Amino acid sequence: MKHYEVEILDAKTKDKLCFLDKVEPNATIGEIKSMFHKSHPQWYPARQSIRLDPKGKSLKDEDVLQYLPVGTTATFYFRDLGAQISWVTVFLTEYAGPLLIYLMFYFRVPFIYASKYDFTTSKHWVVHLACMCHSFHYVKRLLETLFVHRFSHGTMPLRNIFKNCTYYWGFAAWMAYYINHPLYTPPIYGEQQIRLALIVFLFCQIGNFSIHIALRNLRPPGSKTRKIPYPTKNPFTWIFLLVSCPNYTYELGSWLGFTLMTQCLPVAAFTLVGFIQMTVWAKGKHRSYLKEFRDYPTLRSPILPFIL
Amino acid sequence: MASGEEDRTVEEKETNNKKRTKGAIATAWLTFYNIAMTAGWLVLAVVMVRYYLQKGTHKGLYKNIARTLKFSQTFALLEVGHCAIGIVRTSVIVTGVQVCSRIFMVWFITNSIRQIQNEESVILFVVVWTITEITRYSFYTFNLLNHLPYFIKWARYNMFIVMYPLGVIGELLTIHAALPYVRRSGMYSLRLPNKYNVSFDYYYFLIIVMLSYIPLFPQLYFHMLRQRRRVLHGEIVVEKDE
Repeated sequence: MKHYEVEILDAKTKDKLCFLDKVEPNATIGEIKSMFHKSHPQWYPARQSIRLDPKGKSLKDEDVLQYLPVGTTATFYFRDLGAQISWVTVFLTEYAGPLLIYLMFYFRVPFIYASKYDFTTSKHWVVHLACMCHSFHYVKRLLETLFVHRFSHGTMPLRNIFKNCTYYWGFAAWMAYYINHPLYTPPIYGEQQIRLALIVFLFCQIGNFSIHIALRNLRPPGSKTRKIPYPTKNPFTWIFLLVSCPNYTYELGSWLGFTLMTQCLPVAAFTLVGFIQMTVWAKGKHRSYLKEFRDYPTLRSPILPFIL
Repeated sequence: MASGEEDRTVEEKETNNKKRTKGAIATAWLTFYNIAMTAGWLVLAVVMVRYYLQKGTHKGLYKNIARTLKFSQTFALLEVGHCAIGIVRTSVIVTGVQVCSRIFMVWFITNSIRQIQNEESVILFVVVWTITEITRYSFYTFNLLNHLPYFIKWARYNMFIVMYPLGVIGELLTIHAALPYVRRSGMYSLRLPNKYNVSFDYYYFLIIVMLSYIPLFPQLYFHMLRQRRRVLHGEIVVEKDE
């Protein structure tokens, strides 16, 4: 068996960082990353980006050496992705925050409102309902992170956790402050408005969960395969006929429901910002579906049927 | 040549012609815009100098320049549009933030809080802005006409070293002077309870604005210093904001 020689150069300075000889032809990039890690212990595999071209795309961990367009002395370029943190850790942290923060405002913990309101409860039943919905939403997210989602990337850059937590925790505090405020004004159209909002919210929570389950079932455990999602027996997944990322569609619906329920401008702002971000993500996903699959259904839109 | 190939070259020529015309229109408009803005800020400078020579004091000066200042500074909103449609190669966000902060000072501080209009700090930042904008717009104008005198380039990349901190001082002192009047009048503020379940306190908002200068000013200042080093002491760099 003919062995390969692998040299790894810095993508920016072109310095020779590592030379590996007697590399098996069927070695994967993942294995090469582990070998590189041995000579440079500060660069664990998750923060290595290995490419064929200094400015090119990163190679995947699964790529096999002998099937790459390289000679028997393969030259790879290395870029440091910076400190990495696992997706699971980020999700758990950014979702646990809003859950706990909202409850602090709900129970009117001292130093938030005037001291005569400490540990009192709101006289409006919609405030109790809103707390249950908000808490349910984040508990659902935490459980999905632990038991449902199958991530294609293990890690993301460390600085993301600060950015993401600021966003989620900040907005949660801003919303919770007003909903649980002693001077909160309940919705104008009273019970009708709250009932409709609750139906929308619950419908979209079930829908969002259904989509997450459907996406999970597309992917065998431990794999990173990508397939086109299709409607299943569950009616909540039939929206796949019209939309590429119905999980975002349902998420938007949930927050619209919550906005209607609480009639609170900060909630509307959070819904709007979330919608903008999810639209960006949905368009990206839709584009990569179209690129990867020739037979991708043409009726589908990224996030809003026929509109966006 | 086969007729298919002929059609393609004709099409290419048409697209290139269209591009060239669009480029010419854009250049003509930008030249007009920059000349107009240079003129606007020059007028402001002349009015200020004449007033001070006649009256010997800055009191009452703001009333004289208010309209020209509002007009010139608000017109600069067009620059965001220039970046958005791509005829100026600068980030929309950077330009947007710069123009918005100016609009904020003019409309939401100086124009709406009468009591501070005769403060010295107002004259300070207006003078700084006037000098800076005359330099900047004439720089762009000469650049577009491909005839850039060295002293204009020198001025654009050196005056900011002094002007920028002076301007920041003027703006911060003005906002600070406005605080007691904002608190007393409760202007631009929304109290609870209300049907939107939100509140806004302009007084605390202004304090946050003042605090935000602390991280933002050094970043912008060092960015400009870096640009200066590259342009004056380095390689030929295409000036990004034309």
